[in-house]
Amino acid sequence: MQEQKRVEYWKTNLRYLGVLLGVWFLVSYGFGILFVEQLDRIRIGGFKLGFWFAQQGSIYVFVVLIFAYVILMNRLDRAYGVHEDDEDSS
Amino acid sequence: MSVQAWTFVMVGTSFAVYIGVAIWSRARTTGEFYIAGGRVPPVLNGMATAADWMSAASFIGMAGLISFMGRDGSVYLMGWTGGYVLLALLLAPYLRKFGKFTVPDFVGDRYYSQVARVVAVICAIFISFTYVAGQMRGVGIVFSRFLDVDIAVGVFIGMGIVFFYAVLGGMKGITYTQVAQYCVLIFAYLVPAIFISIVMTGNVVPQLGFGDTLADGSGTYLLDRLDGLNTQLGFDAYTDGSKSTIDVFAITAALMVGTAGLPHVIVRFYTVPKVAAARISAGWALIFIALLYTTAPAVAAFARTNLLDTVSNTPYENVPEWFSNWEATGLITFDDRNGDGTIQYTGVTTAVDGIPENELTIDRDIMVLANPEIAGLPNWVVGLVAAGGLAAALSTAAGLLLVISTAVAHDLLKKGIKPNITERGELLAARIAAGVAVVIAGYFGINPPGFVAQVVAFAFGLAAASFFPAILMGIFWKRMNREGAISGMILGLLFTAGYIVYFKFVSPELNTAEHWWWGISPEGIGAVGMMLNFAVATVVSRFTAPPPIEVQQLVENIRIPRSAVAAK
Repeated sequence: MQEQKRVEYWKTNLRYLGVLLGVWFLVSYGFGILFVEQLDRIRIGGFKLGFWFAQQGSIYVFVVLIFAYVILMNRLDRAYGVHEDDEDSS
Repeated sequence: MSVQAWTFVMVGTSFAVYIGVAIWSRARTTGEFYIAGGRVPPVLNGMATAADWMSAASFIGMAGLISFMGRDGSVYLMGWTGGYVLLALLLAPYLRKFGKFTVPDFVGDRYYSQVARVVAVICAIFISFTYVAGQMRGVGIVFSRFLDVDIAVGVFIGMGIVFFYAVLGGMKGITYTQVAQYCVLIFAYLVPAIFISIVMTGNVVPQLGFGDTLADGSGTYLLDRLDGLNTQLGFDAYTDGSKSTIDVFAITAALMVGTAGLPHVIVRFYTVPKVAAARISAGWALIFIALLYTTAPAVAAFARTNLLDTVSNTPYENVPEWFSNWEATGLITFDDRNGDGTIQYTGVTTAVDGIPENELTIDRDIMVLANPEIAGLPNWVVGLVAAGGLAAALSTAAGLLLVISTAVAHDLLKKGIKPNITERGELLAARIAAGVAVVIAGYFGINPPGFVAQVVAFAFGLAAASFFPAILMGIFWKRMNREGAISGMILGLLFTAGYIVYFKFVSPELNTAEHWWWGISPEGIGAVGMMLNFAVATVVSRFTAPPPIEVQQLVENIRIPRSAVAAK
């Protein structure tokens, strides 16, 4: 692959990482820890919202984040022709 | 049938399955022994990773911790799952592309240095031993309580089983037994949780049940009732935290980063066939883990409510059978200080003005195991939980033993002292190392250095301060060189270990918030150790020579799943 394309591929990857890790930080350290007092004033059923994010919500978001990354990267790999085919590439 | 008979059936059957799987999938080459030939399908690898990862601390310890800590227990939930995001996004795909067998392989090649490799080997062995001791302890607790044998005998039986399939099957045997163990442990965790959720709230899904109203028709939310009970008895409200925000932040960070840096978890991603498979198998792993981790806080809340309802202010002669059973193991102790024959279980530690002090001590590690009995579930469920606890402990122990054996046979012998060792010789050395490691782990299981979850916290701090920064910079920063990485790892490690040892072992009486640096507890100090590692590595690498051109090409190469850059 050409130098320029390789740089582009890597930059796009880094951009995805930045966005996804931003969400990762927000739901756990943000909603679950830093803003927990404010969110706890909102209640959904028996859950205070901050408590729910700390013990349930953040975990669900983590799962979604990984699958989002998988989909984004599979698409990116194909666009740049660096995906591994059925052959055992290693 | 009695609880004990059911436990024999459940444990016996599950052990027979593990041994059968181990014989069927034994390893014949070093490739199979270290990384299962690199051909494990992603979903199965996800399951194996989940079992590998979820230890006695997750299965037996965590819900108990949360039920005593309430909101503060969230650090374990977020910390031990959030690390998988880091692993899937920042480490796993690149390490899979790099290939080879171990974490020290990567550190050694990327930093073109035997010293870096040896530092990594020492970290890997140390982390694995700290962690494995907790697992053996968990095995001992289950055996002594449910099968009425001595803790030491329980540990010996556990050692025997692990020895059999880890030594025979290597990574291949371990992977397929872990898949079986995952099925056992998740079933054993969910069945009682669902039962209890139905009994207490009428909701079939525990994750929703603990936010639901109680089934007694009062219309009160379970969590409100729990907050009420807690405050009434002088404890902190369940849904409020008592730890400082900075400490919660640091502990969560240390656990997340530590998770991503644990060698026995990372090595699982070497076993899948492709880079894309490494990414998705981390996703599968987290789904399988989340199934247990989102159930745990529900179990914790149910268990706490039940416990407070059943034991507090109960006359000692009327205690239920489970109470006496656990008392016999010494894990529940009642000391009738005011001599009224009634159990006062409160958050008050010294009696004032006729308010009685606390008389009951409960080891947190028993909550999950005792929960089905406390809730009055059928005997077979109790037996099932015992089998699940053993599955969790054994699967993790096996993964760790493999790291230790690989570190000795591959990283120290093959890549160090004796490079011309034959394939057969290396395989034999790996098996002997696994055997020796089992014996040492057993010793620590019988003479444990603390309780299950606490020992494990140590391993995380060290992984966070050593491996994670070294690997991350190795992938994302081409300029990082040998000198920077080594000094970063060593300082991060010394700082973290020093802080923990000082507060836990040298001066445990000073282990309180006012003596901690920046208000960060030993559990969270790994986060600071990690930052120190990053800072030192950055500064040192600025003043020393950049890595050789081949290494820079290696970095280019691992960044792209199928690349035309000829690096090797």
